[in-house]
Amino acid sequence: MSEALAVERESDVVEAVRAARLEGVKLEIVGGGTRAGLGRPRMGGRRLSSVAMSGIVFYAPAEMTLCAKAGTRIEAIEAAIAEHDQMLPFEPMRPRPLWDCGDEPTLGGMVATNLAGPRRPTAGAVRDGVLGLRLVNGLAETIRCGGRVMKNVTGLDLTKLNCGAYGTLGVLTEATIKLAPKPEAEATLVIPELGDAKAVEAMTRALGSPFGVSGAAWLASGMGREFSRTLMRLEGFADSVDYRAGRLASLIGEFGEIAALTGEESAALWRSVRDAEFIAEPRDRAIWRVSVAPSRAAPFVAGLGETALAHAYDWGGGLVWVATACSEPAAAAIRRAVSSASGHATLMRAPDALRTAVEVFEPPSALALRLSRRLKQSFDPDGVLNFGRMYAGV
Amino acid sequence: MSQIAFPRLDETILARRDAIHKRLAAILPPACLITDESGRRAFETDALTAYRRVPLAVALPRSTEEVARVMRLCHDERVNVVPRGAGTSLSGGAIPQEDAVVVALTKMSRILEVNLADRYARVEAGVTNLAISEAVGADGFFYAPDPSSQLACTIGGNIAMNSGGAHCLKYGVTTNNLLGARLVTFDGEILDIGGAAMDAAGYDLLGLVCGSEGQLGIVTEATVRLIPSAEGARPVLFGFDSVEDASQCVAAIIAAGIVPVAMEYLDKPAIHICENFAHAGYPLDVEAMLIIEVDGADAEMRAMLARIGAIAKAHNVRTARESMSAMESAQIWKGRKSAFGATGRVADYICMDGTVPTGRLPEALKRTGEICAAFGLRVANVFHAGDGNMHPLILYNVNDAEERAKAEAAGAAILEMCVDLGGCLTGEHGVGIEKRELMPRQFTEVELAQQKRVRAVFDPDGRLNPAKVFPLGERAA
Repeated sequence: MSEALAVERESDVVEAVRAARLEGVKLEIVGGGTRAGLGRPRMGGRRLSSVAMSGIVFYAPAEMTLCAKAGTRIEAIEAAIAEHDQMLPFEPMRPRPLWDCGDEPTLGGMVATNLAGPRRPTAGAVRDGVLGLRLVNGLAETIRCGGRVMKNVTGLDLTKLNCGAYGTLGVLTEATIKLAPKPEAEATLVIPELGDAKAVEAMTRALGSPFGVSGAAWLASGMGREFSRTLMRLEGFADSVDYRAGRLASLIGEFGEIAALTGEESAALWRSVRDAEFIAEPRDRAIWRVSVAPSRAAPFVAGLGETALAHAYDWGGGLVWVATACSEPAAAAIRRAVSSASGHATLMRAPDALRTAVEVFEPPSALALRLSRRLKQSFDPDGVLNFGRMYAGV
Repeated sequence: MSQIAFPRLDETILARRDAIHKRLAAILPPACLITDESGRRAFETDALTAYRRVPLAVALPRSTEEVARVMRLCHDERVNVVPRGAGTSLSGGAIPQEDAVVVALTKMSRILEVNLADRYARVEAGVTNLAISEAVGADGFFYAPDPSSQLACTIGGNIAMNSGGAHCLKYGVTTNNLLGARLVTFDGEILDIGGAAMDAAGYDLLGLVCGSEGQLGIVTEATVRLIPSAEGARPVLFGFDSVEDASQCVAAIIAAGIVPVAMEYLDKPAIHICENFAHAGYPLDVEAMLIIEVDGADAEMRAMLARIGAIAKAHNVRTARESMSAMESAQIWKGRKSAFGATGRVADYICMDGTVPTGRLPEALKRTGEICAAFGLRVANVFHAGDGNMHPLILYNVNDAEERAKAEAAGAAILEMCVDLGGCLTGEHGVGIEKRELMPRQFTEVELAQQKRVRAVFDPDGRLNPAKVFPLGERAA
């Protein structure tokens, strides 16, 4: 692999894009390099690394707002905001357990992939927590989107458009993030041995309750456990968590014996849910991240039959992790089942060959694809930036 | 700022008015089409009532398919289209012109599906904001964004402006509560975006359409997130002797890790106006007042209010009043929510909507007062303090052209100040025609050009809600 062009300032990015455009070279944007296995395989071309463009620009704890350069490591941001008992509300997924590669993930990669963790149903996705962005488009122009305030409807929301765009519309140089107070306490109620349908039913009841459930997941047996676990998390001030844990336990008591985890034990469990650790092994399997309405989750998995080698639920069933064989027929089976469940699926991990042979992202409708191509052209008419990373020709 | 300009009319459209009426009549039943002058006049303005233009025709479609038919016709005839919900826009977002067909969604007001297990509702765009919460309230759910006009405003209009409300501090604005939308494009194609399954891969078209002020297409259906209601909610009133104390109290509450459901700020003139109207028991002898609402079970609310009360005390709170009953809570909110209406009984006003970083609130309030004083105008401030979204109400006499010009100039100066302090021109009302010419203050030419290119992806001829959002430039009449 060729040496990456390391940019330190936004003006360097502008220069790099301008040069690439003039020379007719494609740019591949990398941050920590932890998500190389995600998206359509890179096509080769000049690598532009943002990892040297790092640092917190400002942090205003009383406004729950932080701005940092795109190459800043997520870990560094979390350490800084933890000093004021704050956190990233959307629990961004860390790539290492699934892809087992690279360095530390960066802010830019987090925004570009929009992969939110267990708190997603109540706290929103990464895109909901991004207040503003700075980026350099394919014309080497600097574009500011959004701002630093929580409420802002001035002009088109190009911030959201660039979250989850995999760097195909612009090289992100800076992001301003909305933070949340770090809960004083957390507790996880665990119900063992529920089947899929029962587990989703229990999670649905919990998420529909007034008790502020901030995570609802189901993990299959395995990883040293002999039975499945249905997990429900409560967070907040200690007195409030205690109260709600009691109320929630009686609400879902009929589903089985309830155990409670607190503190680091609970936190560690949710980190593994966030990062899909429980489905990462064995490593020769393809991993799919499937989004459906929760009530469709269990029937969707049942419909997969033997195709699903392992699976788990997050978001109360709204997110299904599925492991399959690395094969085109398995991929086709996933697409068929997802389509009849009115959901969408992303091939999160597979060898380059499979990610070239089949669609990584849910294939858009003809109209949506046409609009997507034109949006790409409006930012990057020459296709300089991460060309083909999401869809062929986009 | 002089009076808001309108673009030159497209004479070729005016010349074909009768023919266009005839073609519309061929695809819409008489009850769904207004062509007579007095009928059209009812659609000449929205809540920015100082500006009025009678549209070419008004279509009142009953289905997505009818909207698509109207859009195909308008595309074919190269006619401008102005989408409209309830017409409550404060920025002139629904004000038409003589060369535009208004497509009003008010007949599309059905709730199509309520799915409590999956916590969403699918509704037609003409459903009012409040109707959604009313439909699911008995089952213990609600729809979170709550603009003050929620009794009248439609979900389609909320999506167009990405509306907020008092309770957004905890639950987010429209874009955070929207799961899916059905969009009719400028040429009558139908695009379904998102749905009950969250975070579809691909470009975030839903995020882009939300807040696009009707310039990317007409939203005919929406899937919105339903949230379980808390066991209870309780507001508390705090009165302060100084603006600084009140503002710093807000910052200290957030710094303490507390995110109340709402934190509303009223200054002295606003307190008096609201109290005279609603008799909510607001303290009349303070400079600033906060309404802070917490939710949860009784014990939780007590604990939370104790924490908040201690912080308020440390910031020299003078009067504190906790609501003791549901009726009292309703009264406290009635005062706040009727602020605009109550002000309207005192004088005509324009309502600004800039946002500043919350740390700059004391400065922003001080400069707002100075700006209005310099123009010899009165101002009342009532706004969402937790997110820095200010709503200065500038009082003036609508029949006095000179005073109206002064009020608009003061408003523009306030918004420019918001941008200078690191904020933005509009937090939840939208740009519309009102703040269009101020856009270059917040965005560079390059940035505006990028936004226009994105708009052109959806509407190459710029016929959807024209003359909104982007500066008119040479198109002014």
